[in-house]
Amino acid sequence: MDIKIFSTPTCPYCHQAKEYLSGKGVPYTDIDVSSDDAARKEMVEVSGQMGVPVLVIDTQVVVGFDKNRIDSLLETSHGK
Amino acid sequence: MANKVYDLLILGAGPAGITASVYAVRKKIDFLVITRDIGGQTTWSGDIENYTGYQFITGPQLTRKFQDHMDSYGITVKMPQAVTAIGYNDAMFTVTTDEAEYLSRTLIIATGKQPRRLGVPGEEEFRNRGVTYCATCDGPVFKDKPVAIIGGGNSALDAALQMMKISPQVYLINNTATLHGDAVMIEKVENAKNIEIRNNTRIKNIQGEKFVKKIVIGQESRETSLDVEGVFIEIGLTPNSGFTDIVRKNEHGEIIVDCHNQTNIQGLFAAGDVTNVPEKQIIIAAGEGAKAALSAFRHLNLNTFEYL
Repeated sequence: MDIKIFSTPTCPYCHQAKEYLSGKGVPYTDIDVSSDDAARKEMVEVSGQMGVPVLVIDTQVVVGFDKNRIDSLLETSHGK
Repeated sequence: MANKVYDLLILGAGPAGITASVYAVRKKIDFLVITRDIGGQTTWSGDIENYTGYQFITGPQLTRKFQDHMDSYGITVKMPQAVTAIGYNDAMFTVTTDEAEYLSRTLIIATGKQPRRLGVPGEEEFRNRGVTYCATCDGPVFKDKPVAIIGGGNSALDAALQMMKISPQVYLINNTATLHGDAVMIEKVENAKNIEIRNNTRIKNIQGEKFVKKIVIGQESRETSLDVEGVFIEIGLTPNSGFTDIVRKNEHGEIIVDCHNQTNIQGLFAAGDVTNVPEKQIIIAAGEGAKAALSAFRHLNLNTFEYL
């Protein structure tokens, strides 16, 4: 399972999402879009919107800290 | 549907709802917390230097502390759920959310406030596709893009000062004659080379294709458009009280409570920023939550519930 989080340092829901994954012991790559121009473009492209956080779990895109959706994707991914 | 009847339901989990839950659990009340998120506006707060016991703590850190406190008591939180309606019949409350229905003998409404919407065409359509209500969160995504900030108070000024560092052109669209925030911030905004202030100006609509491309603004009888890719709406807060008409509210939509957090309905209490309590502060909301829980406890003890 591959998890990326597009975030900004000042966004509370980004922190909550990262803490949530850490709490579950799930590893992820954090990408700070405030300092990485290419990543910012990539985030807008994959999510079709401009709000943070955006999580990419394998190929699935989650906009915002949507706990239910994250849980169900983690479960599906785990079952593979 | 044979639903369980709780002694108390706490709606919302900002400082008021969380503190109410801590008091309720220590009184061994049978209750649930129903909420969209944990922390409420505290989560969005930057640096907090006036919450007793902490000389300095950030909003997210304090939220974490609140949550740890709740977790240490094993409080049941139904989240994320948004309350859509409240019913009241024969001393029994029915709370309907987007997922379920709950019954209870008492209620504490602690649903706080949320950013006020503009109510112009395009606002909803382009939400998160150029339109944002959180400059602190999403601001950096608009680096190198022209943006408009709507509002003239401290939060709008704050957003303008943040965006002027990363955006080539910032428009500040204010519908009154002058800006009305802290003098120090107004001076900084007025002196910034890439901030253009438009006073007495209203935004008419937001346009674009996939993302925002421009806004149409009206100044007196003239209408013009500005090419922007971001629209930051910073026009204050509105109480989350729209899901019910059974409680009395003031002209701002705040639920009217007495000094015991009692509303006009027996057994229905409210606390924190959703109420008419003077001063909206984290520590005041927390204290109000404590009072509301103690009032609910007293109400439960003083009343016999015949349907038991």
